[in-house]
Amino acid sequence: MTTNTDAEISIQTADFSLADEVALLEQDNAIDGAVVTFTGRVRNQNEGKEVTSLTLEHYPGMTEKSLAKIINTAKERWRIGRVKVIHRVGELFIGEQIVFVGVTSKHRQDAFAANEFIMDYLKVQAPFWKKESTKQGNHWLDAKTSDENKAAKW
Amino acid sequence: MIKVVFFAALREQLNCSELSLNSDQLTTVADLKTALASKDENWQQVFANNALLSAVNHDMVHSEQAIKSGDEVAFFPPVTGG
Repeated sequence: MTTNTDAEISIQTADFSLADEVALLEQDNAIDGAVVTFTGRVRNQNEGKEVTSLTLEHYPGMTEKSLAKIINTAKERWRIGRVKVIHRVGELFIGEQIVFVGVTSKHRQDAFAANEFIMDYLKVQAPFWKKESTKQGNHWLDAKTSDENKAAKW
Repeated sequence: MIKVVFFAALREQLNCSELSLNSDQLTTVADLKTALASKDENWQQVFANNALLSAVNHDMVHSEQAIKSGDEVAFFPPVTGG
């Protein structure tokens, strides 16, 4: 039985520091030789449109529960050490960080796979929604079939 | 009573983020959807969308999921985080 600590998941409006997060994953952790991190950022264009910002909405309570389940599944499938998932909400501008997934393990294979798995499932199961602002106006983004297919491959 | 919450595009289309409903006649999420769709033409149109997802007490569920008084039921579009 694996359990999540509150420290593993953070939904926040504030930015995060990649260096600080890596330091926390490594602190007093001499058994893990691998640290794999993923950072997602706001792009300047999407489907041919010039993006000015994204506004992220989520479902407080369900978001944390759904991410905890995804992390627990990853811990059952791979031999991993520490996990950290950060997802920002609110309005985010071009180049700003949106999401962070960090995983440690003894050897790199497990951390690489678990990190990609967590990110792929976050995309299709965690209740976040993006509203895109462009010079032509605002609209909610549609879910992509390619994201569903990618998660289904695990 | 059942607490019902709506998110993202759905919340905007309905111009409603949450409401409470008497649960006496409602045994499944599908019943609840039918009840909400009968409110007016706009609600009917919105709930005709098969892509809508639902959750009961923060877990994603299918329409056949049983519901009871005190539950929190959520409806929302497919998710787009990350």
